[in-house]
Amino acid sequence: MAEPKKIWTPLTDEIVEDLRVGDRVLLSGVVYTARDAAHKRMLEEYEKTGKLPFDVRGQVIYYVGPTPAKPGQVIGSAGPTTAYRMDKYTPKLHELGLKATIGKGWRGKEVKEALKKYKAVYFAAYGGTAALLSKHIVGVEIVAYEDLGPEAIRKLIFQDFPVVVANDMYGGDIFEEGQKKYRKIAI
Amino acid sequence: MREIHADEIKEAVKKLVMDTEYFLPEDFVTALKESVHKEESEVGREILQTIIKNAEVAAGEQVAYCQDTGYPVFFVDIGQDVRIVGGYITDVINEAVREATKEGYLRASLAYDPIFSRQNTGDNTPALVYYNIVPGDKIKIMFAAKGGGSENQSKQAMLKPADGLEGVRKFVLQTIANAGPNACPPFTVGVGIGGTFDYSAVLAKKALFRKIGERHPDPRIAELEEKLLEDANKLGVGPLGFGGTVTAVDVKIEVAPCHIASLPVAVNIQCHAARHKEIEL
Repeated sequence: MAEPKKIWTPLTDEIVEDLRVGDRVLLSGVVYTARDAAHKRMLEEYEKTGKLPFDVRGQVIYYVGPTPAKPGQVIGSAGPTTAYRMDKYTPKLHELGLKATIGKGWRGKEVKEALKKYKAVYFAAYGGTAALLSKHIVGVEIVAYEDLGPEAIRKLIFQDFPVVVANDMYGGDIFEEGQKKYRKIAI
Repeated sequence: MREIHADEIKEAVKKLVMDTEYFLPEDFVTALKESVHKEESEVGREILQTIIKNAEVAAGEQVAYCQDTGYPVFFVDIGQDVRIVGGYITDVINEAVREATKEGYLRASLAYDPIFSRQNTGDNTPALVYYNIVPGDKIKIMFAAKGGGSENQSKQAMLKPADGLEGVRKFVLQTIANAGPNACPPFTVGVGIGGTFDYSAVLAKKALFRKIGERHPDPRIAELEEKLLEDANKLGVGPLGFGGTVTAVDVKIEVAPCHIASLPVAVNIQCHAARHKEIEL
């Protein structure tokens, strides 16, 4: 397997243009968390006020709701949640300048179209490997919606956080391509 | 009549919940290690190794294996010759879950009302508890920390009797393929066939407690389990859905009598955070 690419946030068009499906990436820098409840509230507020709780331009959102940190830990276990549940909200965020999301599982057609249109990327982190992934998060701070508990928006600092490009801006899909290669029966 | 104090149940359940969150069942970890040799994809093998390492880190540091510490589901078999004193068992189980969540640093993952506020209950209660009265003077408590990602990909169908074995086979395989990368394979697949609409799903969930590789006592069902496992691994889903030959480590089927008009089938998908444990008091 090829060596992973090291990338720092915020992301630019040039960085995104250079990423292809299957690329292994070690991501460092600021990344924001948001999952179901935060997305719903964030986009409903945007409809009303035209504002988001943080400036998404060039940023990355990680779909995660971590466990509480044990004494001595920066953050608790923190693996990705299933991304398709955020599909309803993702194209709007890309339109507003968000450059990447991190989750697990398939994205819908509307998200893939948005990746092409707004030059963005969807990374997959290894689902369920939460105890390991938390070791690549070296800073955490709640920035909005504290009342949502594990679903609050947090600003994380990543250090070589391992992800794989699952959907690039050229229409590639790692899950479709990988599964086609190994499928031996029709159902 | 044997007496068991509610406090004893509470302490045992609290430990059960925390242990389940930190330590994956040994039979499952063994199956994961064996699966590395069966995986044809290089990326798939690397993912399986990462998953095994995650299990080692979670156990070694006693931290949650997955950030989704799951919906607490209990199956409690109460011997009819036991008397519980000092508290109501459901309250005691909920208190144990509450304390385990706090002291075990588990994520609060339940929304109190499903449609309107979706406010987090904050402590993983109320747990879902299924009770059975059984012969004897023991209490058996089975616990599953059921993650939302794999539960979301589970399905139930009321097939026609004419659909038969082929219909069941097709439904199970389609459900596994659709679950794909969203539900964190390699899976353990629980299948409930028969009963009523609701009971088929309970059977599927309960089937997940059986040890990996332990076959159903009815040889026809055992054969179906093996055939479905073989076919599931031909679907190409692979570890975490990146493509490969290890999609499931086991398929476990439970059956029950059903109405002459019906053929209920439920498939409960279990992700690789296969957190099931049981104790007897």
